[in-house]
Amino acid sequence: MDWSFITEYYPLYIESAVLTVTIGGLGIILSVIVGILCAIARYYRIPLLNGIAAAYTELSRNTPLIVQLFFLYFGLPKIGIVFSSETCGVVGLAFLGGGYMSESILSGLLSVRKTHLEAAASLGLNGFQTMTNVILPQAASVATPAVCANVIFLLKETSVFSAVSLADLMYTAKDLIGMYYSTTEALTMLVIAYLIIILPVSIVFTLLERRLHRAGI
Amino acid sequence: MDNEDVVIEVKGLKKSFGENVIINGIDLTVRKGETVVLIGPSGCGKSTLLRCLNGLEPIQEGSVLLHGEPVEYGKRSLYKIRQKIGMVFQDYGLFPHMTVLDNVMLAPLKVQKRAKDEVKKEAMALLERVGLGDKAKSYPSQLSGGQQQRAAIVRSLVVRPDIMLLDEITAALDPEMVHEVLNVVLDLAKNGSTMIIVTHEMAFAEAAANRVILMDGGVIVEENPPEKFFKDPDTERAKRFLSTFSYSR
Ligand SMILES: Nc1ncnc2c1ncn2[C@@H]1O[C@H](COP(=O)(O)OP(=O)(O)OP(=O)(O)O)[C@@H](O)[C@H]1O
Ligand SMILES: [Mg+2]
Repeated sequence: MDWSFITEYYPLYIESAVLTVTIGGLGIILSVIVGILCAIARYYRIPLLNGIAAAYTELSRNTPLIVQLFFLYFGLPKIGIVFSSETCGVVGLAFLGGGYMSESILSGLLSVRKTHLEAAASLGLNGFQTMTNVILPQAASVATPAVCANVIFLLKETSVFSAVSLADLMYTAKDLIGMYYSTTEALTMLVIAYLIIILPVSIVFTLLERRLHRAGI
Repeated sequence: MDNEDVVIEVKGLKKSFGENVIINGIDLTVRKGETVVLIGPSGCGKSTLLRCLNGLEPIQEGSVLLHGEPVEYGKRSLYKIRQKIGMVFQDYGLFPHMTVLDNVMLAPLKVQKRAKDEVKKEAMALLERVGLGDKAKSYPSQLSGGQQQRAAIVRSLVVRPDIMLLDEITAALDPEMVHEVLNVVLDLAKNGSTMIIVTHEMAFAEAAANRVILMDGGVIVEENPPEKFFKDPDTERAKRFLSTFSYSR
């Protein structure tokens, strides 16, 4: 192991880790929003939107992220729509994640028992009051483990960003290997960088799930 | 009796699920302060009738009027009308993520927009009345079935409905808890609450009812005061039904 190599190039990793986290974070936040909207359209079976959301969910979950990114980065410019690498990363991740999030959130919504919906209705709660007071709180705790798993999955998926020339962690490692053949050092730093990003998230999620479990919901 | 007294009026109600006719022409009037007990064999449509009264099911023919206002499935006006109809279900339906007190206060605060202090006082008083004063801060999962059902009754009562619909509220309970719940209901009946109660507990029906209605085959077969119904029913069908509750050696 060449320690001088590591001390020389670790700032590059920090820089690209920041990029990975920023683009990944934005994409994940967007995917949650997309997921909530799709799940609600499907839960209430809103005409038209229900079909669109269902089709989108299948499309996004059954195609690889790298294909989705290629489509955004190389495909769309052919019809005159040009996105920057960063935008492609965020949009691509949100596109992929939205489908997974929608599934997880929908199953949370559907887990709320019919008696609770009817009890809410017979108390005079309207649709919105039922959604905010009765359905969402219960759905949130049911969906949390799956949503957390999606977040981790999406964080790992960011490793294909380099395919659209984003200078993320993977890109940096490949670059260094290509230039200096320091495969061991470059890969070791890559693994550590991912662990530093993902492990804390994973630990926080585990604690959160344990707490939900204890609340007995 | 004058019309002011009429709380709920059902006229020519028909309800079917697909081809299956469940309720085939029912007329029913319930007046203020009356406790009507609805009995009948399993599957005869008692729950379905109650659900129609509350607009939880669409109906095919006839009408349901609450104080002269139509109760119609799917209409916006339902939200207002439902505050005047309390319903308690067999499986309690307390919201698991809220304490008993929050369950009870939800509708008065969110739907009726009443002042929190006043609601809390009333909620606590009602919980005390059904023996749950010390459970206000507990979650439903920490309560026994009987306690949950009493809390569910309070949750309906606090909205101050004009009529309460109770659908086999003790059917899911262990025998020793049935009594504590029915005592609460009996107390309500004696104090002039207007109720329609579906039950299989004949002794309770006899004690609580002003009027007993036997349903079968989608229609009302017999309708009589309890003294008459249980001692000397008019119809053969009622005699047969009552005989299923007695044992001879
Ligand atoms: N959502 C539904 N779809 C189709 N059929 C239904 C539905 N709900 C009830 N039924 C049918 O309607 C009939 C009456 O059911 P209901 O629950 O009203 O009976 P019940 O008198 O309350 O019986 P029990 O004493 O067992 O509670 C039954 O044959 C049932 O199968
Ligand atoms: Mg029933």
